[in-house]
Amino acid sequence: MATPAADADFKTKLQTWVPKLVLSPSLALMLVFVYGFILFSVYLSFTDSRILPSYGWVGFENYDKLFRLRHWDIAVNNLIVFAALYIIICSVIGLMLAIFLDQKIRGESVLRPIFLYPMALSFIVTGTAWKWFLDPGIGLEHTMHLWGWESFHFDWIKNRDYAIYTVVLAAVWQSSGFVMAMFLAGLRGIDNEMLKAAQMDGATNFQLYRRIIIPQLRPAFLSAFVILSHLAIKSYDLVVALTGGGPGRATEVPATFMYSYTFTRNQMGIGASSSVIMLMTIVAIMVPYLYSELREKN
Amino acid sequence: MSAGSTDTAVRTGRITRTALYLVLLLFALFYLLPFAIMVINSVKPLSEITGGNMMALPQDWTFEPWVKAWATAQIGVDPTGLKPYFWNSIKMVVPAVAISTILGALNGYVLTKWRFKYDTLIFGFMLFACFIPFQIVLIPMARILGLAGLAGSTPGLVLVHVVYGLGFTTLYFKNYYQVFPTELVRAAQIDGAGFFRIFWRLLLPSSGPIIVVSVIWQFTNIWNDFLFGASFADFDSQPMTVALNNLVQSSTGVKEYNVHFAGAILAALPTLLVYIVAGRYFVRGLMAGSVKG
Repeated sequence: MATPAADADFKTKLQTWVPKLVLSPSLALMLVFVYGFILFSVYLSFTDSRILPSYGWVGFENYDKLFRLRHWDIAVNNLIVFAALYIIICSVIGLMLAIFLDQKIRGESVLRPIFLYPMALSFIVTGTAWKWFLDPGIGLEHTMHLWGWESFHFDWIKNRDYAIYTVVLAAVWQSSGFVMAMFLAGLRGIDNEMLKAAQMDGATNFQLYRRIIIPQLRPAFLSAFVILSHLAIKSYDLVVALTGGGPGRATEVPATFMYSYTFTRNQMGIGASSSVIMLMTIVAIMVPYLYSELREKN
Repeated sequence: MSAGSTDTAVRTGRITRTALYLVLLLFALFYLLPFAIMVINSVKPLSEITGGNMMALPQDWTFEPWVKAWATAQIGVDPTGLKPYFWNSIKMVVPAVAISTILGALNGYVLTKWRFKYDTLIFGFMLFACFIPFQIVLIPMARILGLAGLAGSTPGLVLVHVVYGLGFTTLYFKNYYQVFPTELVRAAQIDGAGFFRIFWRLLLPSSGPIIVVSVIWQFTNIWNDFLFGASFADFDSQPMTVALNNLVQSSTGVKEYNVHFAGAILAALPTLLVYIVAGRYFVRGLMAGSVKG
């Protein structure tokens, strides 16, 4: 460098500080709005907060109450049923469509966007469309009756025992195309030469997929699982728009539970404790995943 | 697509192929049907919906439901239609997308080209923030927005969306800049170029695709958000999704399904348009959010 030593020294010093300065506003926002807020919510879950935050320490009372509430029990059970079916069905449909589309299908460029467009919609729009489509009075059932199939019966959305499956149906409709896109990208990355070699050894198509192709999609399966489970735990809008948590409490999930206890039932302490449980569930899934993803790269 | 996939190893017979096409077409129908039916029924008079067949094309075409949904439908207390809420959404989305993308680009630049101790850890913390259930921040956020005088305002919502979108935009730019040759940056440094000059002259000109990805992702997410809008907005700032939900769920009077459908399509239109125009990037954004590296 041609500049005098002192000047260069100042410059390098400045150069090491500028990047950190540029990063710091984002970091500060994250620290306050994410991690500070998490701590605050955790703290509130141990207090007697009702309409407004209050700071009387009550220990684990809120958690104790929470786990004894039948309402919470229903919400957790619904989430388990919903998440399990949602993840499994999305993965199966996504994998199937991806494999089918990968067979040099004519019109792939038309089909792919059709499978994927629901992902661009708001859950509120999806909920509005399906709510009406499934309404026995004017939707599918009504139409089938008009077409002469008088015995056709499909009233799940009004039925306490089956309403949660309509949430699964609408959610699968919205996200399975996205899973398809992930698997398709995985399939396109597989080395063809290896498949040809296996084929020469007499492997059938089924064996090719079963033994070679699907095992290689492991990273795509993992990503799909992580993304879908995270979407499932956060799902709020769809339930609000499709069933409003009903009929009765039949489709209540932790996200709707938290909202109603905090903002309409004025039980903020219990609401906060339910949000902490939700966070812990996500942490259990995300942290190992992020850790392995970030470690691999460095 | 790689060159290898032009010649697939898996071969299929004619019967299998027919079955493949059949299944694919059935699924295409499944994905298209609910939305298509909504479109058809949004141009029917109400009597044809409640008395008729949802699959039938309209006998009397009418665009009145659209006009009504946009300009005169009763939402909340006022018969304003969705129009003011549409502008609320625009006023919220544009600055939120711009700010989070700019910050994301700078963060990605720092985290790849100006690495320092613990930068991966910091990135991990930012990335984790993408995945928290937002219920955990609702109560403190309501409190802070209130204290800052931002409760129920558009700037408040912009702040919220910037904060919780930062993780994703940083991720996009970090992954993108990772493969940008660091030697070029070092060479420019030796030539005396500073931090911002390198970013402006060297990295930004080649960032077109990833800016599009980030903008589309943020636009779709923020436009479609319901939880924050429902929690932190009032009439002057309520976004489209919240207004649509109010319109559809309102219990007073006759349920005007055709108006609801027109409203739902209006709410979906901006993201659908973006998707039709730039679908390729939309897919890339989704992928980058899941499969990293």
